[in-house]
Amino acid sequence: MTMLSITGVHAFYGHIEALRGVDVEVKHGEIVTLIGANGAGKSTLLMTICGNPRAAKGRIVFDGEDISAKPTHEIIRSGIAQAPEGRRIFPHMTVMENLLMGAITSEPRYLDEDLEKVFALFPILKERREQRGGTLSGGEQQMLAIARALMSRPRLLLLDEPSLGLAPMLVKQIFSVIKAINAEQNVTVFLVEQNAYHALRLAHRGYVMANGRILMSGTGKELLANEEIRSAYLEGARDTKGRRS
Amino acid sequence: MAYFTQQLINGLTLGSIYGLIAIGYTLVYGIIGMINFAHGEIFMIGAFISIIAFLVLGILGVTWIPLALLIVLIATMILTPVYGWALERVAYRPLRGSPRLAALITAIGMSIFLQNYVQLVQGARIKPMQPVISGGFEIMREGSFTVALSYLQILIFVVTVVLMVVFTLVIARTELGRAQRACEQDLGMAALLGIDVDRTISLTFVMGAALASVAGLIFLINYGVIDFYIGFLAGIKAFTAAVLGGIGSLPGAMLGGLLIGLIESFWSAYFTVEYKDVAAYSVLVLVLIFRPTGLLGKPDIEKV
Repeated sequence: MTMLSITGVHAFYGHIEALRGVDVEVKHGEIVTLIGANGAGKSTLLMTICGNPRAAKGRIVFDGEDISAKPTHEIIRSGIAQAPEGRRIFPHMTVMENLLMGAITSEPRYLDEDLEKVFALFPILKERREQRGGTLSGGEQQMLAIARALMSRPRLLLLDEPSLGLAPMLVKQIFSVIKAINAEQNVTVFLVEQNAYHALRLAHRGYVMANGRILMSGTGKELLANEEIRSAYLEGARDTKGRRS
Repeated sequence: MAYFTQQLINGLTLGSIYGLIAIGYTLVYGIIGMINFAHGEIFMIGAFISIIAFLVLGILGVTWIPLALLIVLIATMILTPVYGWALERVAYRPLRGSPRLAALITAIGMSIFLQNYVQLVQGARIKPMQPVISGGFEIMREGSFTVALSYLQILIFVVTVVLMVVFTLVIARTELGRAQRACEQDLGMAALLGIDVDRTISLTFVMGAALASVAGLIFLINYGVIDFYIGFLAGIKAFTAAVLGGIGSLPGAMLGGLLIGLIESFWSAYFTVEYKDVAAYSVLVLVLIFRPTGLLGKPDIEKV
């Protein structure tokens, strides 16, 4: 069953047309990944789902409801959460306060239970809970950004490059947590990644984006096996960044 | 010593007024990074609404002072924020996302507009009012000089302290407070967490205006005269206080307000009263040179 359907969406950043007619579909319970080079429009698509920038043309339907004209906070309250580009945790707030900010839309009675859940996924955050967000390492900040997004009990989790800037060990860890979130907590995940190899191995399905358009789509396995994708997104990445496994 | 004590009392009274106004500057700056130069006018409108409320109560025959004061306090705290809310809605919200200079110039324009509006509808003459609270304690005597602490001054301290405690708790403990602190650090991210950013900003203007309206009421009963122009000087002084304390910091605004009040009183008492404003602004200049983040302001952590 379709959870999120994006049809013919165009969006602008200033005068630049960052999305030029994008069609994407995410079904209940899936992990879907969107891969593509820098500047392809991946992050813009995630932000457009959340209403900033707004879709200039096209429709975004979430659980049967057209959300393309809604203000950001209402879209979030309908059950979407995002760990955005650059993580954007609150640097002056403690880890605990950051998590409380994530829980601002959910009912207070769930708070303890939800905190238990995210601390079980990321035990390091429990140790650091009184530390200010700005003093965390990059990996810890990424974990906090994902944990904060989970605190609103989303049905759809949008993740923007969770592996960016992390050591290979941590990348593996983050990806296994994403898998766990999807499988155990029944959260649908739409994931933007430059680390195509990991993302496609994790995802049920994937989309490839370039210049604001979707070029290709298929299951994770199909895309991994595709020659064009191998040469454009996998070989290069392996050579220059050394992220093979 | 007696003279010193008296100046201390006077300074704290004046400082309470500045502190209450300064909170409005600091809250708004903290959340949208603009200096709301029309905030002094909100204070002035608070004083006018208070005097009108007193007149209405007088006509209605409500003469028991504590009741009258309470009704006036509530009336001005409800009606003045309507102006604060409208100000943001009409003048600042359409400019959100435009360069800071545009918002700043609009704020100055709104300041001039509100001054002229009050001058037009209320007249340009000064408005005197009978003292509503008289009497007090004589707490010290030195020769022929007595140190007086009036009931009015006690009331001002109590009201100021209570309001500051309440507002500090609102910001520290409530959901609105958390939303405000989130907006302060990252408006876009706050929206991504489901916070209604526009509503949070509106409520911030309402809170600032409510505090300024109390300052207006205090000014009215303490000095007994108001006119349409009182907002300008008080506004600039309170802005100075907010910068001195560290703009964006709530305790800083209170501390800055008290310090500016004390500096003015002591300067007037021991040096020349004509230069009291110079003294207050000189402190501002020194702070900006040697500690630009203010006394309690924190330097920005680099966002990572």
